[in-house]
Amino acid sequence: MNAQDENSMKKLLRQALPPVNSDAGPGRDLWPDVLRRLDTEVVAPALRGWVWFDGALLAGLVGLVAIFPASIPVLLYYL
Amino acid sequence: MRNGVSDVLNQFRQGDADAFEALFRQHQRTVYGWILRIVRNPATAEELTVESFWRIHRARARFEPAQGFEGWTRRIATRVALDWLRTIRTRRTESELSMEDCAEVAARVETDPAVTAEIRRKTALAFGRLPLKLRIVATLAVIEEQPQKDVAAALGISVAAVKVRVFRALRLLRKDLEQQGIKP
Repeated sequence: MNAQDENSMKKLLRQALPPVNSDAGPGRDLWPDVLRRLDTEVVAPALRGWVWFDGALLAGLVGLVAIFPASIPVLLYYL
Repeated sequence: MRNGVSDVLNQFRQGDADAFEALFRQHQRTVYGWILRIVRNPATAEELTVESFWRIHRARARFEPAQGFEGWTRRIATRVALDWLRTIRTRRTESELSMEDCAEVAARVETDPAVTAEIRRKTALAFGRLPLKLRIVATLAVIEEQPQKDVAAALGISVAAVKVRVFRALRLLRKDLEQQGIKP
């Protein structure tokens, strides 16, 4: 594809999909929405620290207790 | 003035809500405009602007004032818009996507006797079939005519990579159109 072909493709593309008018700005004040979004972050702070390793540890513990029920008193002792 | 800006940025990094609001008021229009160029839908752009500022707030501790707030926010906004484009592509079927895009295109086209409405429609559909990483670069650099260095910075790639992707996008688009019997 030479430079002339490239320019004709660019022209055709702009004809098919004209640029949007991005100068208008949002139609409403978005700050209240941002505040609401930030509130959702505050509501569940404990879950943010929940990583896959915690889940794997818990699953391992449940598995251990299921296979060796006798280990329950030992676990309770160390808790 | 410079110190004032620097103070606001430092306060923002430390989690000051007033500083964050000041930065939001100053940059929301730019962020919204950038996202709108990518997603091409005002309601979605508003929603993604909110999501971008939420991510900006969450990532505030990683912000380096030396790199500039506007470029940093643009990178985050680009990632948010890209995530949305990926999600929407997997959620909707090809035909739904095509029909919506066609309607949008048909509503906005300027009449040019040299290019028929059918060719414009097929070009828009072929453009929608391009790989996302090529499409976003072509959207910003060709359709929206944004400076290549801004596109490169927003996507975290080099200017040379932008040029290569634009070229590849146009070549694929041309090939797709030629397969449909259209000689661009």
